Amino acid sequence: MPSLQRLLILYSYSPDLASPVCAWSVFDADSTIASQVGVDSVPPYPSVVAAMRAGWRVIQYPLATMAVPGHEHDTGVLKHEVVLEKFEDHPHV
Amino acid sequence: MSDHRLNSIEMSRFVADGFLSFPALVPEALNHAALAEMRSDALSDLGYRGERFRDRYQDLAMGRVFRHPPVAGIIESLVGSDSIFDLHALHVLPPRCGASNWHQDAVIDPKAHFDLQLLYFPHDTPRETGGTMLLPGSHFRQINVFEVGRYQNFVGQVQTVCPAGTILALHHGIWHCSQANHTDGQRLMFKIRLAATEPQVRLFDTRDLDDPEVADILAREPFWAGTDSRLEIIHRARLWRLLSGNPDFDLGYYLGRLENNPQRELPRVARNWQAHVPNQ
Repeated sequence: MPSLQRLLILYSYSPDLASPVCAWSVFDADSTIASQVGVDSVPPYPSVVAAMRAGWRVIQYPLATMAVPGHEHDTGVLKHEVVLEKFEDHPHV
Repeated sequence: MSDHRLNSIEMSRFVADGFLSFPALVPEALNHAALAEMRSDALSDLGYRGERFRDRYQDLAMGRVFRHPPVAGIIESLVGSDSIFDLHALHVLPPRCGASNWHQDAVIDPKAHFDLQLLYFPHDTPRETGGTMLLPGSHFRQINVFEVGRYQNFVGQVQTVCPAGTILALHHGIWHCSQANHTDGQRLMFKIRLAATEPQVRLFDTRDLDDPEVADILAREPFWAGTDSRLEIIHRARLWRLLSGNPDFDLGYYLGRLENNPQRELPRVARNWQAHVPNQ
């Protein structure tokens, strides 16, 4: 049975990895387009640190960015995106 | 002038959340007639951008939906009484179809005012039929269409579950997605986009403009925005200045603090900033 990568992407309230999760996504070998969109209103873990305790490995920590002069108050995508991975046995591959 | 205009409390909710919901606003008989048109080719004329909305759907049940006084009052409050028709879209979710990705409509749009999108649900839309999901407070975010498809779920996302005849009024920038239809039937929804031809200043019923609840609603920070929450409050204060015609309006003194320029003039202090200081 092959061991395949799962990605858990958590958007934390602040760059502090112990801060609450505001948004999240999960991608794995079974993902289809939008298969997880809107399915739950409670995050799988309350914080990134809690996910780390459950065995998820952080593979990307968000870069700190400076505000663009003249656009200091613009908002767009969520800033504190933390990518985690876990390898799990997958029965369907 | 319509007697069905939105009041200031409702307008502040629109500015804060980017949408308003009006359950069962359209009468049942009219829903049946409009639904029959949606299942025929009666709405196949897509019109053209720049056409006056008052000229659209003249002899159709769909026209009677939008001329229904409570619906007309919503339109008048947000984009005035002589708006431009932009487009309409008949949404048909086939049985057993999946959700869409989160997105904003059209393209990245930084204008200070807003276009109005009305969503009309002509039949009951229980959870399993996959009504539109919205992210309250996301409408000021400058993103391009499906760029937000990387997100799947947010704390605070709102699922549309509504009775027949429900109208949703959306700011053009709100993040939204359709949900999976788990039933064996189609789900239908009709969307129109309208633009104002007049300044969107005090088009609503302003008799309760000084109600303190207005500022309380505008100052509620969206949790999902994290450390950017205060920036969203600034965007709301700027839009409220535009809509209310009050250039001194402020929330938490965020704008007043930024605008203070001792080299030029004394600071202009909004009258209500002390009473409405968000958590800081």
